[in-house]
Amino acid sequence: MRAAHLDNGLKLLIQELHTAPLVSVWCWYRVGSGDEPPGQTGVSHWVEHMNFKGTTNIPRDEMKGIVEKFGGTWNGYTWIDQTTYLETAGKDALDTLLFIEAERMARGLYEPQECESERTVIISELQGGENDPDQLLDIEVTGTAFRAHPYRHPTIGWIDDLRSMTRDDLYGHYRRYYVPQNATLVVVGDVDTEEVLRRAETHFGGIAGGTSPLRQRPAEPQQIGERRVVLEREGTTAYLKLAWHAPEARHADFLPMLVLDAALTGAKGLNIWSSFRGAPPQRRARLYTALVEKGLASAVGGAMLPTREPFLYSIGLTAMEGVALDALEAAATAEIERVRVAGLTELEVTRAKRQLRARLVFETDSVTNVAHQIGYFETVTGPGFLDDLPARLAAVTPAHVADVAARYLSRERRTVGWFRPLKGGE
Amino acid sequence: MTTVVSSGLDPYRRVLPNGAVVIVQETAFSPAVTMNFGFRAGSLDEPDDRPGLAWFLGRVIDRGTASRSADDIAEVLDDRGVALRVTTNRHVVTLSCTCLAEDFRDVLEVLADVARNAAFPTEEIEKRRAEAITAIRQDQDNTGVRAAEALQRLLYGERHPYGRPAKGSVASVERFTRDDLVAHHERHFAPETMTIVIVGDVRAAEAADAVQAAFDGWNKPHSAPRDVPPVVRTTARQRLIIEMTDKSQSDIAYGFTSISRLDPTYCSHWVMNNILGQFGLGGRLAENIREKQGMAYYAYSSFDPSLGPGPLVIRAGVDPANVQRTIAAIDAEVGALGRDGATDRELAETLQFLVGSIPRMLETNQSIATFLQTAEFFALGLDYDRRLPSLLRAVTRDDVRAAAASVLDPDRASVAVAGPK
Repeated sequence: MRAAHLDNGLKLLIQELHTAPLVSVWCWYRVGSGDEPPGQTGVSHWVEHMNFKGTTNIPRDEMKGIVEKFGGTWNGYTWIDQTTYLETAGKDALDTLLFIEAERMARGLYEPQECESERTVIISELQGGENDPDQLLDIEVTGTAFRAHPYRHPTIGWIDDLRSMTRDDLYGHYRRYYVPQNATLVVVGDVDTEEVLRRAETHFGGIAGGTSPLRQRPAEPQQIGERRVVLEREGTTAYLKLAWHAPEARHADFLPMLVLDAALTGAKGLNIWSSFRGAPPQRRARLYTALVEKGLASAVGGAMLPTREPFLYSIGLTAMEGVALDALEAAATAEIERVRVAGLTELEVTRAKRQLRARLVFETDSVTNVAHQIGYFETVTGPGFLDDLPARLAAVTPAHVADVAARYLSRERRTVGWFRPLKGGE
Repeated sequence: MTTVVSSGLDPYRRVLPNGAVVIVQETAFSPAVTMNFGFRAGSLDEPDDRPGLAWFLGRVIDRGTASRSADDIAEVLDDRGVALRVTTNRHVVTLSCTCLAEDFRDVLEVLADVARNAAFPTEEIEKRRAEAITAIRQDQDNTGVRAAEALQRLLYGERHPYGRPAKGSVASVERFTRDDLVAHHERHFAPETMTIVIVGDVRAAEAADAVQAAFDGWNKPHSAPRDVPPVVRTTARQRLIIEMTDKSQSDIAYGFTSISRLDPTYCSHWVMNNILGQFGLGGRLAENIREKQGMAYYAYSSFDPSLGPGPLVIRAGVDPANVQRTIAAIDAEVGALGRDGATDRELAETLQFLVGSIPRMLETNQSIATFLQTAEFFALGLDYDRRLPSLLRAVTRDDVRAAAASVLDPDRASVAVAGPK
């Protein structure tokens, strides 16, 4: 992989992969919902939507169709630490894709009527999420677990902020964060590195560098007692969520926590763009054997996600029809306490590490996924994280895992969420 | 500006002595292998009084064989980071997974054992039954699933296999016996109903040899697959409202029955559907409902390949206050495309997109495996990826107009809505 900077500060990461006549271009910005002030929750995500709504040289109704001409696909997403845009298309599209990303960085239109029209689209996205009890519970648990840190609000934002934010709020956020100094351009595929550098200079070289805004987020005070949230709504199924404050990706405890999660709920890997979409291998996982195989839960999942600052480790459980939430919670807690006291077996740790090693191979199965991993870790952790990951993973020992289980998964650091369904008319 | 397509596929196909078909495609992207075992044993072939049986069989089939317990199987797969996925559609039950190349033979051996010798232990049936019932209850709380299932019912009727929910009902799942599962497996899992596709870091002939060895000695008859019962096209508009009071958003499912994948005009319908509800964010539908009117995060149409006349389904999720406006917008777009067809520009752009997207569609091992499985199932030929560009480019505006006119008519649309009043 080649790393380079343009004079305006834009960082380029280019990897040639000549297995298919394709190129994937991702432009990453160091801004996410964790950078939003009160009253403007959801602004990063809304700005992401606006950046598909026309630029000086690409009118809104022509944005659709440019990438498609090359058989390509495009998308974008926003999360707590990052906002990113991608296109994957036939390799002949390279110049066009760089042009689109340069337009997006510097020349978004933000026409007032388009901002208004997108407001209701985003509210519809939020309402669609609220229809899912599991997602609703996740938002409530995260909001309860954090008191001060802006990771507490959902990336989509609070509904009142979405109703009150203005076009100027959106445009101000866009101009502040969408500058070369705050971005990384990743290009992976059937390309020539020198040509990518030349074309990137043509399209991005004239954009003023700006400054990378400081990311000063309030620290989260240490949690000193268990927190609980109980949702009661019409529904058919009960859900339980357990969440603990967890280390950030760069912390020495992160990989032992990742191994711990793999042993408890099955290894997901580290690609939040693709790996988390399918079920992990988990039939020998602790919580699967203790809860699903015992008939208490119909599904179990865990999430230990790589973030810039300390976020959460969460376990989600779907209660089996007829099983009460307190019984499920007691069984889950008992199993976690067992791990905290006695740690995992050597075999469990070996299996979890082997699973993770396989998942790291599976999740880089396309130019799109390779490019995602490069850009994600450059943006969230800074350079170098992926380089020695397999070696650092191999070095995790059962003692490390026992140590992080005992320290992080304590009752006073956890937040418990229940979704209790009320049958119609109850 | 058309992207030059260089076909990457060069699959190796072998019919085993017992009649099973093995297809292998070598790829070199990463040291991984994807395998798909497809059986002509989907919900079409389940008894009419056992709705959901094929799907439920998929939940239990990998939980024990004559010689391996559920734990033994889990041990082999989990230790290698392998998650076995069993999916069931109208026609096919598919076991699929991805493993490291170094684990190919170990995993193949287990999958072959599962396919041949599934034992359906009683204890496992009971555990999976409780999970299945929970999953059906979750579906009952999902506006999208409720609307989509109601649409299937409106389009095909409750008695047609295409009209039933794939998972069946709580009542039907409660009734399944071990004998039901054993009988379905016995009748429909056999060499001649099986297609195995292997894609990844393997040598084709060696992989086919390994499959042949794993299925050596497996010879058994099977029941003839069922023909798709006739589908009566709806002639009048139908509508069904499902009230779900505590939800924030309503889901709309709006659709028609269309054509079989085997129909010679399939590509015209494919292009027509892309223009209606796929191109860009979701074709004309998203342009109107999302981009112009700001009413929905998603608005699109889909058109899945089926043996019988498959459904063309339009979906949108909207604020309950906007349901009528959204249905009116769908009516307008469906009516216009059905009446006037597509423009020259739309046709050109869609063809450029569909032809240009073939290399991307065939990039990952999993997507190649799915493509080859579909090509084999519908007898499209091993060179289908190379023929596809010319088949698509042959589609004319008149073809698209004819396809649209034959399917899209608001006066005979079926519409299901699930959400708050």
